[in-house]
Amino acid sequence: MAHTAVASSASEKDLWGGGVSPMGASYGKLMMWFFLLSDAFTFSGLLITYGLIRSSHSAFVGDHASFVFSHDYWPVPEKVFEAVPFLHGVELPLVFVGLMTFILIMSSVTMVLAVEAGHRMDRKAVEKWMLWTILGGITFLGCQAWEWTHFIVGTDVPTMMNVFNHETGIWDQVPVFGANLHVNQYGPQDFADFFFFITGFHGFHVFSGVLLNFLIYYNTFTGVYDRRGHYEMVEKVGLYWHFVDLVWVFVFTFFYLV
Amino acid sequence: MAHASHEPQVVVLPPNKEKIKKLWTVAGILLFVTVIEFIIAFTMDSGVLKTTTFVLLTIVKAGYIVGEFMHLKYEAKILFWSILIPMVFVIWMLVAFVYEGLKIGEVNFL
Repeated sequence: MAHTAVASSASEKDLWGGGVSPMGASYGKLMMWFFLLSDAFTFSGLLITYGLIRSSHSAFVGDHASFVFSHDYWPVPEKVFEAVPFLHGVELPLVFVGLMTFILIMSSVTMVLAVEAGHRMDRKAVEKWMLWTILGGITFLGCQAWEWTHFIVGTDVPTMMNVFNHETGIWDQVPVFGANLHVNQYGPQDFADFFFFITGFHGFHVFSGVLLNFLIYYNTFTGVYDRRGHYEMVEKVGLYWHFVDLVWVFVFTFFYLV
Repeated sequence: MAHASHEPQVVVLPPNKEKIKKLWTVAGILLFVTVIEFIIAFTMDSGVLKTTTFVLLTIVKAGYIVGEFMHLKYEAKILFWSILIPMVFVIWMLVAFVYEGLKIGEVNFL
């Protein structure tokens, strides 16, 4: 093993002795990868806790048509997420969240096209694809704002639930609309809490991603990367943006589909 | 053109048609798998089989995003494994905690 395929002039010892990149990636790109790995652990922490809490609750048994919201079992997601903007009262399960998934995947595609254009030093193309990516990100955030609003405001018909009254010290049967961190008309309180924490943490990532993407667009527009001689920043922020898409793939499956 | 010396000489290469076509193919696969997931969501009864199918399809999508879009498949092998191997902890934690959750459920709701 005196010589490796990485560099014919570098022996195994020299490979890690400095002067060459054993991983074939720049410092910045490498650090982005390891940051994303740590971020993956954070998201895994949230999703695994969700898995623990959800599997400790009883699941709804029976025909989906007879499903009603109750504290006694975990809700069926397609019964909770069935609204679409401008179509009030129409039951379209998972359609809106499907659209959000489509938007995020498409913005990931435009991002990778921006990276490809960057490799060719094609400033105009990078600008174009970065703008599409930013637009996709903003659209996704807008959709999420609507989704949250709908989730918080609730359905037309409230769910009757036992809520503890701290004044009188007894449990009252009260109509509950929507959900927040105190009450939840859709089912167990944990369901609402995880919805806010997981989609909120992801949404915050999308938000920071949009800011970073805008920074990249601005630098491209002002010719920073042309002067620098390479468009590697597009690649690094691209990694972050794809990661945000990747997390959504998991959130979509484990929060909305399963 | 007094500023000419400050402006970099940039050579713009033509689009790599083959690469771009491949990227759109990957996008098509991702959207196709999402559509399949949708169909399964409404046609299959809830249970272990449905959940397993969703998990597998999600891993397929994750593989395409990380491998192709994030280009990890084409990076140096040591980088590839440095990112993938730590995921073992996540998988173990997931299995352990979901199992734990099921046991907690048995105790709570008996």
